[in-house]
Amino acid sequence: MNLTLYVWRQKNADDRGRLEQYEAHGISPEMSFLEMLDIVNEDLIKKATEPIAFDHDCREGICGSCSQVINGVPHGQEEKTSVCQLHMRHFKDGDAIYIEPWRARAFPVIKDLIVDRSALDRIIQAGGYISSHTGGVPDANSILIPKDDAEKAMDAAECIGCGACVAACPNGSAMLFAAAKVSHLAMLPQGQVEAARRVRVMTEEMMKQGFGNCTNHYECQAACPKGIKVSFIAKLNREFIKTLGRSGKISSSVDRMADTLPSE
Amino acid sequence: MQFLIKSSVGKKLIMAITGQLMFLFIVFHLIGNTSLYFSWINTYAKHLHDLWPLVWIVRFVMITLLSLHLVFGIQLTLENRSAKPDAYAIKKSLRATFASKNMIWTGLIIAGFLLYHLLHFTFQVVHPEMSAKLNTDVMGLPDLFSMIVFGFQNFFILSLYIASLIALTLHLVHGLQSSFQTMGLNTDQTQPVIAKAGVIASLILLIGYASIPVVIFIGIVKG
Ligand code: HEM
Ligand code: FES
Repeated sequence: MNLTLYVWRQKNADDRGRLEQYEAHGISPEMSFLEMLDIVNEDLIKKATEPIAFDHDCREGICGSCSQVINGVPHGQEEKTSVCQLHMRHFKDGDAIYIEPWRARAFPVIKDLIVDRSALDRIIQAGGYISSHTGGVPDANSILIPKDDAEKAMDAAECIGCGACVAACPNGSAMLFAAAKVSHLAMLPQGQVEAARRVRVMTEEMMKQGFGNCTNHYECQAACPKGIKVSFIAKLNREFIKTLGRSGKISSSVDRMADTLPSE
Repeated sequence: MQFLIKSSVGKKLIMAITGQLMFLFIVFHLIGNTSLYFSWINTYAKHLHDLWPLVWIVRFVMITLLSLHLVFGIQLTLENRSAKPDAYAIKKSLRATFASKNMIWTGLIIAGFLLYHLLHFTFQVVHPEMSAKLNTDVMGLPDLFSMIVFGFQNFFILSLYIASLIALTLHLVHGLQSSFQTMGLNTDQTQPVIAKAGVIASLILLIGYASIPVVIFIGIVKG
């Protein structure tokens, strides 16, 4: 099939950028969306035109690199599908396809469709971990965790950090991303120790990185390729409420934690 | 406390709590207003004003709630706008609604309306000649009933009230369920029920409030 693409081209962060029109010829339905772009790029290279820069790595839906807004939907119309897993059989001959990068202040465009998503890493660095020594691999069932909790924690841990939630959110909020990590760790005994500090520093860091506030549009859940639910945001809110009125205790526990961390 | 007003979730919690308390107020306000249908409103107003310390406490609380809600609502909206500086050429809404995307506008319409509403019925400067402060009924009570009926016989005033009520309804259609999510008072199972109940409650308020000016305008209740 043949398609008309309108692709966002932007040389670098300072360039203003614009949509450019390209024709994609001889696309087969079993190609993935990224393979379709590969073909278009080969064409462009033959014509001595700069190929379209786009992010990708695993191409099997687990790394979260492929970040494109396709016809107004992050990762395209198909539910729970990353761009690399989106197949061309969902399009028909003659379709016009708009391809744009994630848009949010916290995600500056590096080039064309590639944005800098390291702001998400900084949210994790702020508190999305546990700081206790976990030692060697523990014996199975040495720490008992109710099945429901284990499953919910796994659901939250499915987040691949792709940033589609931010791209979809009218406020450019990363609340679903933060909520997935806060919930994942707060549901497991190893994570509960630092739960109070974690929810505070992660939401604080989110604002520092230039993400917006959550106003419960629920766009994020609909756009998430892993189907992370907004009920994790409600869980984050509950975790936050639990910390109210104990500011002093939280900061002193942070200091103590810093003391016990091994120095580099 | 300081942490609460600085943090993202804290500000949202303030929006949710003030929003829900204002919702409670407008429920009781509607119940009070229905006394007009039984021609009790002048007596009802008299009883209410006999409890003047209570009236002033409620007024003070409402002004506080409204100010907090207004200030944080504007601040949150500005932060959110600046977090999304560039628009997409094409953007589909998957779950966001007209109501959810226009909270600041429906909110500001409510704020403007409240100002007018207070000037109209509390300070009574919109139609000074009909002010209940000047006119009394047969019992010698300030004649609110006639003031209200006179007001709503005017098509302009009627339209203004109805338009504002629609803004309030939209605000609550998104806001009520949203406040439960913000406070974490929901689960995957209860959220759809809460959302439906919120829409129903908003519509009941719309019908309840709109019925009074409409019934007067079409002449069922006469002065
Ligand atoms: C002064 C006029 C008002 C303005 C400017 C205003 C503005 C806003 C804004 C911008 C939001 C979204 C906040 C966010 O999600 O971050 C909001 C939420 C809300 N508003 Fe208002 N509003 C006003 C009046 C009211 C009134 C009179 C009520 C109730 C009767 C109300 C009930 C709510 C509720 C329940 C929410 C949801 C809170 C949440 O999402 O947790 N608002 N308002
Ligand atoms: S390339 Fe890894 S998720 Fe798409």
